[in-house]
Amino acid sequence: MNKKIIGKLAMGLTALCAFGTIAAVLWIVGTIVWQGAPTISWTFLTSAPSEGMTGGGIFPCIVGTFLLVLIMSVIGVPVGTITAIYLSEYVDRESTFAKWVRFAVNTLAGIPAIVFGLFGLGFFVRFGGGGLDAIFSHGKLHWAQPNILWASFTMALLTLPVVIVSVEEALRNVPQELRAASLALGATRWETIWKVVLPNCMTGVLTGAILAVSRGAGEVAPILFTGAAYFLPQLPGGLDSQFMELGYHVYIMATQSPDVEATKGIQYGTTLVLLSLTFALNFSAIYLRATLRRRSIQ
Amino acid sequence: MNPVTLEAIAPHAAREEHPVNQETLEDVPAALRATGLDLHYGSKQALFGINLVVPKNRVTALIGPSGCGKSTFLRCLNRMNDLVDGVRITGKVEMDGTDIYDPRVDTVSLRRKVGMIFQKSNPFPKTIWENVAYGPKIHGQRDKKALDEVVERSLRGAALWDEVKDNLGKSALALSGGQQQRLCIARAIAVEPEILLMDEPASALDPIATGKIEELILQLKDQFTIAIVTHNMQQAGRVSDYTAFFYMGSLIEFGSTDTIFTNPREKRTEDYVSGRFG
Repeated sequence: MNKKIIGKLAMGLTALCAFGTIAAVLWIVGTIVWQGAPTISWTFLTSAPSEGMTGGGIFPCIVGTFLLVLIMSVIGVPVGTITAIYLSEYVDRESTFAKWVRFAVNTLAGIPAIVFGLFGLGFFVRFGGGGLDAIFSHGKLHWAQPNILWASFTMALLTLPVVIVSVEEALRNVPQELRAASLALGATRWETIWKVVLPNCMTGVLTGAILAVSRGAGEVAPILFTGAAYFLPQLPGGLDSQFMELGYHVYIMATQSPDVEATKGIQYGTTLVLLSLTFALNFSAIYLRATLRRRSIQ
Repeated sequence: MNPVTLEAIAPHAAREEHPVNQETLEDVPAALRATGLDLHYGSKQALFGINLVVPKNRVTALIGPSGCGKSTFLRCLNRMNDLVDGVRITGKVEMDGTDIYDPRVDTVSLRRKVGMIFQKSNPFPKTIWENVAYGPKIHGQRDKKALDEVVERSLRGAALWDEVKDNLGKSALALSGGQQQRLCIARAIAVEPEILLMDEPASALDPIATGKIEELILQLKDQFTIAIVTHNMQQAGRVSDYTAFFYMGSLIEFGSTDTIFTNPREKRTEDYVSGRFG
């Protein structure tokens, strides 16, 4: 065959694949917006499911998702930030320990979400909860069952690498001269971190938090066994309550509903809400990160 | 001026191969005294047996071509090299009779006494007031009024007060390059150090801003001992009382600035100060 034709074919094929990616995104988002938009209404967003889950709204799922990512952030962001501080400020980058920590972070990022779910059930619910029950409820079952606390812990573990990586990047973006200036004034290393380095990378911490939230909001597997509920008549009342969640709601509506056809509108509507939430979070993270980069260049 | 024996100012240096030019040294006590200072970066040696005295309340210029070790030496004087991985230092640097490399010495209190001005001005991205108050606050000053006084005194000391007194709440990054560098000087003198180390403080500034920094250095030497690294021969001539010429990690010659510039003993010093190399 002619070399020219091969060249043209290769270009055509690569362009086709590239186009396929765009098409897939457009197709998915388009269908969801198209099918979901008619369902979205103020009532849909603010009322609870009714009529045997075939009517009503998704308010408890929105609240549940919100609470889940909130508690997850309260647990995961500080731990991730502190780990990043250690990696960036205290330990030599090339040291064996730092390498092990980084290896652990990368491995953690590569573990499938369902494994986190199972781990959460085994470790947090059974072991952690069981321990609490043994101490506080005299063996009566209370903490050793799925609830929003254990789901948040599991989710925090899943999103930890995201936080660590973005905070560490932000810390490395803080100019070395600022640390030198502070140390040369007789500040200790900790004073330098606390008063100079951290205030200069709050955008990074925030980006990490948003990315973690957007990742966490989109995952279902980790909360399957650790706290999410099919239906609850009331909103979560404490850390020991179960909760409804957007992603989980889509899953059960599509697989467990008595009448899958009747809930189609709800499925699309819920998916659209979930998608909007994750997109909005991702875009704000991208925006923050761009601002951060721009500032560090100046 | 009363020329005295070399021993009064640099007894250790005198025993060395003669790096010290003897004429016209005054009888001034030493603020810092380096003895046999070697520095290695990993396996590469960067400083070779430096014996040098930084006289009190005088300006000492460290000159030499790029990579000669003058900045590295300066950073030994407040132990900023400790922060660089793989640096190994042997020898002594004495301040008030104590070796600052003694393991019992606390780098935090050392750096409070030995301040540093960097080549690139590095104000914190905070307000002008916050920048100057940073050091005193770190060292325990909480009283707002006392801090206000320190800020004013330091900014006056750095010849910046009149330009910024109405804008103390403005971001330091809004200042011009020369003002930023004077702000860094204000920030350094706010903790009342005894010694100021300046690492090419004006190399990134225009001639007018440079002139202001040089004027400031001459004012500051009443209160502080100053060691300044500079690439600029004229600058060394204008601001310094003593000059040390470094070459390839060794101190080649040390003496009064006059002597070094007009009547150096070493051929290499003469070649360098007259612009034949470097």
